[in-house]
Amino acid sequence: MIAPGLAFLGDFGEAIKFIFQERESVSGGVQIGGIPELAGFTATHMYVSLAALAIAAVLAIPLALWLGHLGRGDFIATATSNVGRAVPSLALLAFFISFVGLGYTNVIAVLVLLAIPPLITNTYVGVRQVDRDTVDAARGQGLTGMEIVRKIELPLALPSIFAGMRTSAVNVVATATIAPLANVQTLGEPIITPQTYGFVGQLGASILVAVITLLVDFLFARLQRAVTPEGVKLARPAKARRRFSFPTKRSPKQA
Amino acid sequence: MIGLPIAQLQIQKPGGADDCVSSNGFCPEWIAENIDRYWTPLLEHVYLTVAPVAIGFAISLALAIMAHRRRWLTGPVIAISGIFFAIPSVAAFFLLQPLTGLGYTTAMVALVSYTLLIIFRNITDGLRNVPAETRDAALGQGLTERQVLYRVEFPMAVPEIMAGLRIATSTTVGLAALAVFAGAGGLGAEILVDKRFKSNVVVAGGLAVLLAAAFDLMILGAQRAMTPWRRSRA
Repeated sequence: MIAPGLAFLGDFGEAIKFIFQERESVSGGVQIGGIPELAGFTATHMYVSLAALAIAAVLAIPLALWLGHLGRGDFIATATSNVGRAVPSLALLAFFISFVGLGYTNVIAVLVLLAIPPLITNTYVGVRQVDRDTVDAARGQGLTGMEIVRKIELPLALPSIFAGMRTSAVNVVATATIAPLANVQTLGEPIITPQTYGFVGQLGASILVAVITLLVDFLFARLQRAVTPEGVKLARPAKARRRFSFPTKRSPKQA
Repeated sequence: MIGLPIAQLQIQKPGGADDCVSSNGFCPEWIAENIDRYWTPLLEHVYLTVAPVAIGFAISLALAIMAHRRRWLTGPVIAISGIFFAIPSVAAFFLLQPLTGLGYTTAMVALVSYTLLIIFRNITDGLRNVPAETRDAALGQGLTERQVLYRVEFPMAVPEIMAGLRIATSTTVGLAALAVFAGAGGLGAEILVDKRFKSNVVVAGGLAVLLAAAFDLMILGAQRAMTPWRRSRA
């Protein structure tokens, strides 16, 4: 017997049952829920998210490393992050649906656009935060520009780059939830089609989305720690960290 | 509890009287005729942005003042608000519904929780970045700890606090577009009324972007007005 005040626990119980057990759809006729179906949604969800994150990383990180190395790009770094924050993910997806079309390519394109700004800003800031004395010392030892980027600036910027990856990954996984609006069946499918899945399906899918996003967040936090060079862990360069302060250092949230 | 139906209603005029609309073009004429339908969602969106940021600011400010005296509070506050922050808003809007039902309350609780991390961190960072010499000078002039906080540390932290408000506000404008999943309306609801109709998407999405830009400029203006001593330098 559940006390009336705790009736909401029943909703969550049903939602968890939906994740593990098949049942008949709200409108009847079709079997919904259960591990096989939700595993399929999860696979699609992770596929579009990973593809988008990988493409965004390949596009954004080298560009921002290069701009950071030259020291030219304060404007680009701030502008991309400001524009990135101002465009709602739902609006961007709807722009693509109405002007370009539905399907995987368009969903991945939207997610790539959402993932790029934090990567550019964090990579750029990461490179600019490298102590100028360190770079000068490297140059004095005869390292070329390319070598300075590869051996000095990139390793020292890695923690910041991975902070950007973490923000982008969380945003992308969260936004992939609305991908079913463009006919890509991610975990948002039960959320977007309540006529089939009902509130229990919506709640069950939401639980999964929340758990997966928290796992991704945790995973990238661990990765960030793992890529931090030992020397940096030993001596946090407090003064260098404060030198460049963009309004975007707080990870923006998009979905 | 009944799920929210995301119906695909047609708002284009049937019959194809208008070529541009029936061929789903971008139609300035249709927009001019139908602009009225966007005012209510826009107002809802303003409300869905201003209220959560205001409430979130009040809570964050209280927490930051507490954490200023008791430093050990900072870690737990950031950890807990960080977990809220990572939960996708669409999921949060449904996870809250068994407790708070469909509508504004659900949207508000989720949106407020997202502002906490951003604003709290910026306030505490702003207060902490006040140079120790400045604090010492104020204490040396006989100000109490309390007076130092309100007359010296807060004014000096204004730029960082306002930066936090700017990020929180533009973030909330974007997330409020998803409040349609909490049944709270806003411009997101208007986008979903017909997400394939270009003119509709451009107006509803465009208004959201303009709203974010307008709030950003307003807060920036307020910051300039509040810190006249910085203007001469810039």
